[in-house]
Amino acid sequence: MNRKYDYFKHLLVQNAVPIVFLAVSAFAIPISQFSGTYLVQEMLVRLSRNSFLVLSLLIPILAGMGLNFGMVLGAMAGQIGLIFITDWNIVGVHGMLLAAIISTPLAILLGWMCGLILNRAKGREMVTSFILGFFMNGVYQLVVLYGFGSVVPVTNPKMVLSRGFGIRNVTNLEGIRKCLDNLLPVSVAGVDIPVATFLVIAFFCLFVVWFRKTKLGQDMRAVGQDMDVARDAGIPVERTRLISIIISTVLACYGQIIFLQNIGTMNTYNSHEQAGMFAIASLLVGGASVSRASIFNVFLGVVLFHLMLVVSPMAGKYLIGEAQLGEYFRVFVSYGIISLALVLHAWRRQKEKDRARRSLRGIQAE
Amino acid sequence: MNRVREFIEHAGWPRIIIGLFLLSLFIIAPFVGVRVDVSISDTLVRFGMNGVMVLAMVPMVISGCGLNFGLPLGIIAGLLGAVTSIEIGVKGIPGVLTAMAVAIPIAVVLGWGYGLLLNRVKGSEMMIATYVGFSSVAFMCIMWLVLPFRSPNMVWGYAGKGLRTTIAVEGYWHQAISDIGSFQIGEFFYVPTGMFLFFALLCTFMWFFMRTRTGTAMATVGSNPEYARASGVNIDRMRTTSVILSTVLGAIGIIVYEQSFGFIQLYMGPFYMAFPAVSAVLIGGASVHKATIVNVIVGTILFQGILTMTPSVINSMIQTDMSEVIRIIVSNGMILYALTRVLKVKL
Repeated sequence: MNRKYDYFKHLLVQNAVPIVFLAVSAFAIPISQFSGTYLVQEMLVRLSRNSFLVLSLLIPILAGMGLNFGMVLGAMAGQIGLIFITDWNIVGVHGMLLAAIISTPLAILLGWMCGLILNRAKGREMVTSFILGFFMNGVYQLVVLYGFGSVVPVTNPKMVLSRGFGIRNVTNLEGIRKCLDNLLPVSVAGVDIPVATFLVIAFFCLFVVWFRKTKLGQDMRAVGQDMDVARDAGIPVERTRLISIIISTVLACYGQIIFLQNIGTMNTYNSHEQAGMFAIASLLVGGASVSRASIFNVFLGVVLFHLMLVVSPMAGKYLIGEAQLGEYFRVFVSYGIISLALVLHAWRRQKEKDRARRSLRGIQAE
Repeated sequence: MNRVREFIEHAGWPRIIIGLFLLSLFIIAPFVGVRVDVSISDTLVRFGMNGVMVLAMVPMVISGCGLNFGLPLGIIAGLLGAVTSIEIGVKGIPGVLTAMAVAIPIAVVLGWGYGLLLNRVKGSEMMIATYVGFSSVAFMCIMWLVLPFRSPNMVWGYAGKGLRTTIAVEGYWHQAISDIGSFQIGEFFYVPTGMFLFFALLCTFMWFFMRTRTGTAMATVGSNPEYARASGVNIDRMRTTSVILSTVLGAIGIIVYEQSFGFIQLYMGPFYMAFPAVSAVLIGGASVHKATIVNVIVGTILFQGILTMTPSVINSMIQTDMSEVIRIIVSNGMILYALTRVLKVKL
């Protein structure tokens, strides 16, 4: 009896975050008065839009580097690719592919730099990658706001600010808008399903599953468990960590391209910032922790988190009569959930450390 | 040559580069039509405004809790004090004192909770502090709408409730501290003596505190926790004390800032306020494990000097405003540098 209770409690603690989210959503959906079809459609769109970005976080977690806040670097690289193809007016799937091809070397370069920096900050990768994101945001602004049109040639005058250089705040991606989503149009009971996008995502999931089984994937797991042991076993720790960050950055770059082809417009100076925060919040809502994340966490997280995003402003409006309140509530939830997950993880780790120390002293661990 | 090398090693490259950059800005300024006296006066005012918030970094760094990215928590306490004082309608110096009197107990309570939290997450304080700051600001966004403030100077006109995004302190305690003994030389040169005195007072208090029993114990906890434990220091209690102190200084800091700035910024206003303070103390030569009052003073002057000078000078030079980008790159680059610096043991 007691054992069963313990097991149940363990399950509850392990999955506290998704359970809370389910409960709040269950409460908020009826209040928001959205129809079921609308919500299903909306969730499908958001799954196709965001999953790839969230998936890009998995590999650094495997390598024990925590949540890769540096994924915004990849997003920036993707956006630079998109600026180029919009300027050259290359439309459709060709345009997307070209954007991906242009931004890949850039993403590799940025990822390599990020990896080098994180190797110098072992043990505080997360906060370092977080600040690195801010820092590179400054560099990105310097390049796009001052470099484009003056150093880098931009032919389309509509994209450039009236002063003659610098890209406008909003870049219209009409040329590639939904081109991947509508490549294989399928509609079931009035709900459009972006099959092609899901195929890309599914392909990538297979890649992750395969990658974990390769030599490199196993090395990463070993490095994630214990760097010193891995080093003694002859694994090049620094190199493995570097590769994991490069892969993550390149994938985040593709993820951002997929995300923006669905949205159809790009906030030149903001889109990448939001990408990082929303992706990380989604993954954590799905029940992942800083050291453990699965593909299932990704999809569950995207659905639950975006359900909350869609529902909360309307629920706030009907419940309290103020949509603004719901808006703030959802900002609070996205930040609160990241804090909660980080705290729970750090707390658990500290408890384990204490327990290990107690057992060394010879007192039986509870 | 040796002395130069020693000086460079002592001050660190980034600090020297930033110092030289600032110096060159001051040298260029007259040639591009920027008045140096205005610039110096602006730098002084900004130094006074931000000094206390930068000082708030010191206790937590000393006790080994890392850089206080959770500064917004203290700022929130200060904001609560400020709006309460305006709601009551106290003017002048008593108004500022009321604001502080309300803010400090709130800051103590918040800081205590925050300290308990940070004690449970040793080793990843900075990341969690950042997000505690962010989520508390987001939470307060809701509260600013809901809290029962009624003063017509603060709430939205048409709804009669919910605080505005910026509230003017004009007519209440605008420059109440700054103007104590302040003086003006010529048309443009203004010195907010009161603010400096207040900052000096807090610095002195901090300096003495570091030399008390508690202060020494705190430094021990930060530099060598195992040794501190062996000497019978309660580590968790010291850390909590430092966090409370830091939060209280943050609360006082924002009130000093507001009385000089003239506006209270609510909602997302405090969101990124921790970052300038963090980078200022780092530019001053502090590291993740070590910070002194000299670091605070030097860092605030350098950082605020750059913030004052870049917009005016660079604007006049190349006719484009790059100050925002420079600010982002300098301040975050500085934090990045501090986080990745490998500790060298001096032989």
